[in-house]
Amino acid sequence: MLTFTIRRLILSVPTLLFISLVIFLLLELAPGDPMAQVPLTVPPEVKAKMREALGLGEPMHVRYWKWLVQFLWIEPQVLFDSTFGTTFSEGKQRILSWQTRSPVMEMVAQRLPQTLWVVGMAYVVGILIALPIGIYSAYRQYSVFDQAGTFVTMIGFSVPPFFTGPLLIMVFAVYLGWFPSVYDTTHEVTNWASLKVQLGQMIMPVMVLALQTTAQISRFMRASMLDNLNQDYVRTARAKGLPEKMVVLVHVLRNSMIPVVTAIALGIPSIFGGAIITEVVFKVNGIGAQLLSALQANDLPSVQTITFIIAVLIVLFNLIADVLYGILDPRIRYD
Amino acid sequence: MKIKSLMLGAVAATALAPAAIAERGSDGHVNIFYWQAPSIINPYLSGGNKDIDAASLVIEPLGRYDPNGALVPYLATEIPTVANGGVSEDLTSITWTLKPDLKWSDGSPVTASDVKFSATYCMHPQGGCAQLAKFDGVESVEALDDLRVRVTFSEPKPNPYGPFMGALSPIIQMAQFENCLGPKASECTDANFGPIGTGPFVVDEFRPNDVISMSANPHYRDQAKPSFATLTFKGGGDATAAGRAVLETGEFDYAWNLQLAPDVLAKMLQGGKGTAVAAFGSIVERLEMNLTNPSPALDADTRSTVKAPHPFLSDQSVRQALSMAIDRNLLVEVGYGQAGRPTCNLVPGPAVYASANTDCLIQDIAGANKMLEDAGWIAGGDGIRVKDGVRLSILFQSSTNSVRQDFQVLIKQWWSQIGVETELRNINAAVYFGADPGSPDTFQKFYADVEMHANYFDGTDPQSYLASYRCGNEPKPDNQWQGANINRYCDPDYDLLIDELGRTSDLSKRYDLAKKMNEMLTKETYTIVPLIDRGLVSAHANTLGGVLMNTWDSELWNAADWHRVK
Repeated sequence: MLTFTIRRLILSVPTLLFISLVIFLLLELAPGDPMAQVPLTVPPEVKAKMREALGLGEPMHVRYWKWLVQFLWIEPQVLFDSTFGTTFSEGKQRILSWQTRSPVMEMVAQRLPQTLWVVGMAYVVGILIALPIGIYSAYRQYSVFDQAGTFVTMIGFSVPPFFTGPLLIMVFAVYLGWFPSVYDTTHEVTNWASLKVQLGQMIMPVMVLALQTTAQISRFMRASMLDNLNQDYVRTARAKGLPEKMVVLVHVLRNSMIPVVTAIALGIPSIFGGAIITEVVFKVNGIGAQLLSALQANDLPSVQTITFIIAVLIVLFNLIADVLYGILDPRIRYD
Repeated sequence: MKIKSLMLGAVAATALAPAAIAERGSDGHVNIFYWQAPSIINPYLSGGNKDIDAASLVIEPLGRYDPNGALVPYLATEIPTVANGGVSEDLTSITWTLKPDLKWSDGSPVTASDVKFSATYCMHPQGGCAQLAKFDGVESVEALDDLRVRVTFSEPKPNPYGPFMGALSPIIQMAQFENCLGPKASECTDANFGPIGTGPFVVDEFRPNDVISMSANPHYRDQAKPSFATLTFKGGGDATAAGRAVLETGEFDYAWNLQLAPDVLAKMLQGGKGTAVAAFGSIVERLEMNLTNPSPALDADTRSTVKAPHPFLSDQSVRQALSMAIDRNLLVEVGYGQAGRPTCNLVPGPAVYASANTDCLIQDIAGANKMLEDAGWIAGGDGIRVKDGVRLSILFQSSTNSVRQDFQVLIKQWWSQIGVETELRNINAAVYFGADPGSPDTFQKFYADVEMHANYFDGTDPQSYLASYRCGNEPKPDNQWQGANINRYCDPDYDLLIDELGRTSDLSKRYDLAKKMNEMLTKETYTIVPLIDRGLVSAHANTLGGVLMNTWDSELWNAADWHRVK
């Protein structure tokens, strides 16, 4: 298992390098101009100078190399410095956003907590709702509960967050006035009252996102349970007189969880990637909202950095899912 | 910063005492919502309105424009003119005098060297300053003493109010930005995110592309202002959300730029929590006629350049007929409501510069048909007019934007009624307005017959705007497709007027010249077919007083006077 993990880790280096190159080239070759948002009253000569000041005058391969060095060598040093108070990175050029002229990673660090709070919470809530629904739906297949569950998950699958989001806002913020429509990112939780405010402003985005997660995971859980419920070992367990609760929740559930755990692990990178639409709808300043605003402004260093971080996480969690698979199911051996 | 906010809190607390209406910070907190979030608080490094407006709360120019476009002194004692001796007789220099005893928000004095430094900062050749055009023609800026600054121009400037006037050209503190010149400009994140200023507010915390927390400037020159002790400047989302937060839920006090469908805005206003305010500036949504041939059959050096005149748009009667067929009132109703009014002018304001040109306001399909008929354009079997084998078939492009696409469809329909065939195209705004010379889809390259977008001029003087229609200033391969003469218009008589405007300082003569030039481009030649004078619409809560909507400067230009209506 260890050699497998190490081999996969080493193999992921060229994969990631290739991904970074593809992202860079895609962004580079796509049409668009970081100066497009500058008003038309600014003369073209001035825009040309502004472009030069952004470093756009340099050839493509130089810029790619610079970005790579900044991302893989300078930014880790900055992280090291800020953790241990050393000064390795002093005076070195970090990855600067074209929009704000400030380090991209600082903005990522500033926004990650919001994303983890909201999107991460939604993921947890979604899973907690999905698992019981999936289990019970499979156990009582084609019952009223199962049909209702199927109906709700179909809605979750097919109704996009840009519809459910504004719908919730209209109902709960505008008509009922229970929750704020704008997420206050400067709010700090210091006591019970402020925690209540925080929960109040989180509840709508969390619910919108949780609906999606619930839909996916509960379908997965249901299918996996159904596969196992008809297996011989279940009949054996029942035949030897085990209580039904034990049969379903211990024997069947454990075996059914293997593919579900993988699916859950594979979904984790998307938490870090943020939820672009939901974050924008509720004005949560997470990573997703940052990515969108960077895309709109053609802020290539930000887009490149954020998408690459997401790529790293996806590769990493794929590996984790594979390893987990081996741990959960002793029959699977990679060596 | 902690101590400062404690002090402000104390100020706010004492303000609860009776008769404290005119006390600084007595009205508590104000929430502003810009649905485009500010990215940086330094207008010299950003051209975006969101950034410029946010910065206008913190850093100030020597003078601002008021809602009528008149000049108002801010940091200066008065606006220099030839009459008061501030501008030299030969129009080559202007001398500003600072108000005495001005202080930066850190308590240090504001001096003439700060003003001079602001110019040095922007004019640095490697700085990539977005407002460089403001300093166009500046030969030198010198501090005569602690309070007086003289700007010398390399040639006579009838309008010397480029540098240090308006939200685009504020004064920054030399001590803070000293080490941020040229290529280092973007490395000074702390300064760019929290400039020390003279304005009513100071930045406490800035989260780029999200939110700015501000508090009242303890050293603001008017002891009684601002009324608000703290301010939150939230960004992000969309115009609908911004309107909703002010007009329907009342979470915010001020929402910027509500570009909403008229019926949507009207419905929000029924919420009764706020008011929409509109002001008109110089933004004109217009059709640009391509006077050169954009045919893909031509080679890259000839296509859409003056070498190849347009096969049918070079005929004035066609251009005029296209304009006559449009019902501008309906367009306003469909797309802008309160935020627009029909116009036939390229320069719709300030009022003194606007020509009394209203010929185009009434749609005249029959007249347009007759005009084409008389010019020899005869309808063929499919109803499309033809002359000498040339069909009136138009490629009409614009940027992707729901209002613009609605307009395109309406205009296409009207044009079909006069025997003109139209193909519609819309292009992503980042590409269309981007200046990539390699892209065939930019508005400058104009690989289409007609295109629609909005443009405006900065400040109140249209001189440089009108001067962009000079022969030779058109985008072409030689200049990497840069240049502002989008229509490829060329008239030697017009060029003479540009030169004359550049020499004339007498205001009433300037007004007449500008009107004449505006008419040459619009009703005399139909090179530019203006559609709508677009205003800006913002909304404020009914409890927020003192808002004076302004299109000639930052919308937040008088935030120091804002107060809570009790």
